[in-house]
Amino acid sequence: MEVGKSLWFIILIKLVIMFLILRLFFFKPELRHYKTEQQKATHVIENLTKQP
Amino acid sequence: MILTSLVDASRLQFALTAMFHWLFVPLTLGLGILIAIFETKYYKTNDESWKKLTQFWSRIFAINFACGVATGIILEFEFGTNWSNYSWFVGDIFGAPLAIEGIFAFFMESTFFAVMYFGWNKVSKGFHLLSTWLTAIGANLSAYWILTANAWMQHPIGVAFNPVTARNEMVDFWSIVFSPVTLSKFFHSVMSGFLVAAVVVIGVSCWYIKKKCNKEFAHRSIKYASVFGLISLLLLMITGHTSAVTVARTQPMKLAAMEGLYRGENGTPFVGFAILNPKKSYNNTEKPYIVNLSVPKALSFMVDSDFNSFVPGISDIIEGGYKYKTLDGEEKTAISFQEKVERGNMARRALALYGQYKDDPDTLKRNEILSQAKSYLDKNFEYFGYGFLKNPEESIPNVPLTFYSFRIMVMLGGYFMLFMLLCYFFCRKKVLEKKNWFLVLSIISVPLVYICAEAGWVVAEVGRQPWTIQDLLPVGASVSGVSANNVWTTLIIFAVLFTTLLIAELKIAFNQIKKGPEGITWN
Repeated sequence: MEVGKSLWFIILIKLVIMFLILRLFFFKPELRHYKTEQQKATHVIENLTKQP
Repeated sequence: MILTSLVDASRLQFALTAMFHWLFVPLTLGLGILIAIFETKYYKTNDESWKKLTQFWSRIFAINFACGVATGIILEFEFGTNWSNYSWFVGDIFGAPLAIEGIFAFFMESTFFAVMYFGWNKVSKGFHLLSTWLTAIGANLSAYWILTANAWMQHPIGVAFNPVTARNEMVDFWSIVFSPVTLSKFFHSVMSGFLVAAVVVIGVSCWYIKKKCNKEFAHRSIKYASVFGLISLLLLMITGHTSAVTVARTQPMKLAAMEGLYRGENGTPFVGFAILNPKKSYNNTEKPYIVNLSVPKALSFMVDSDFNSFVPGISDIIEGGYKYKTLDGEEKTAISFQEKVERGNMARRALALYGQYKDDPDTLKRNEILSQAKSYLDKNFEYFGYGFLKNPEESIPNVPLTFYSFRIMVMLGGYFMLFMLLCYFFCRKKVLEKKNWFLVLSIISVPLVYICAEAGWVVAEVGRQPWTIQDLLPVGASVSGVSANNVWTTLIIFAVLFTTLLIAELKIAFNQIKKGPEGITWN
């Protein structure tokens, strides 16, 4: 079905852009620099308490 | 130091992503149910024309689903990248509903959507009908879990803050899932989706009637969509009222901004229409409106079922001292902005002490300090976010944007009530074809219903500023330390991507509408 092919194409292109381009290169989790949960917690506590 | 431009860019990006996402979602919510009703009719009558009607609207549903699916995931990307403090602070609460949405509701919707779309003549009629209903129910369940997470941000309950991990931990799942804010938000949002679907079906059908093709198909679609739209509108009005009550109890500043209300009174009027005075601020004596058309005492009655109750304005909320009721019906005295800031600062200092001494090797000293810090934190945590605010202006949302968006939503809601009544009446009297003006109006109403739905979200989200989590975390403290340029780059990429998707959807949908229902000769 013609419309079905167009829709599959849109879904595929969208997912590639979202997960292989945006997610990998642009939307990196900010807390990835910290290895342990404790380090992440300490970083956030510092942000929440030292901000003027 | 976090730059204001970073906060603005992050907010703009999130707002645009959410608004784009909401262009796709409401049609899925409502059209799914309408299609299930059409197919039920086919199942009962075995009339092939009902099957073709169902298949046509299923194609429109599929186009919308394919273009809209996963656009909400960009919001989750943004949480991790642009809003890392918020994501960490809220993680355990926000994670659970989103996970349930992804694992349970979205998979249910997607799985049965495949059967609904590809399964004609491959599965039994009964199973196909069941799949269509489960697709529609799955879409609405999906919305429930997402809105549970959103409602929690507007009214954070059922949690305890853990100062060791700096996270809120869920202590009462059911109070979050069935909070009055969640329920009113869900039903109001979903009903707006139903209205969108009804207006789209009527608009497309009226276009066929105007073009003098597929008239029988169009009349059948309109007959059901107008009843569906009327019921949705009635429920929208009821849930709009319950939403106003919950906002009055949990977010009085939002309600005051919606009304442009600076000074409350016993028997507060509801502003039907007004032009705001741009010179008005919380601390001057300027008049709030240049022109004002109000219904006396109506706001008091709407939120308290009492014509003489006191509804606080922006200045009252900043000064405190008035009596108010919580959602549980408990009467309290409001404290001033200044006192909230002091208590917020106490909570922040207690958290800092916790971070500083939690690993101290001196056990006795550590336990004493941590116990004292925990006590201060627990007492003042409900105002934690105020510790980040410096002056009262920061606690006030954008009044004109909230006020005018609310008026647009309400006025369009009134317009659609009249529109649906006329549509139902003309359809029953079988005079739609003779009402060319109404056919044109129906087509124009399609973009209007989207504006109405988006305006509702602008009220909900702009009105709760400056908070990401009401009273606990302002937007300025929620953002990550990323560069504003990075945010602008991703903002432009996603704006291009989503605009392309929208154009693709419209192009494919218009092509399908021009083709019309296939395989059967309609009058």
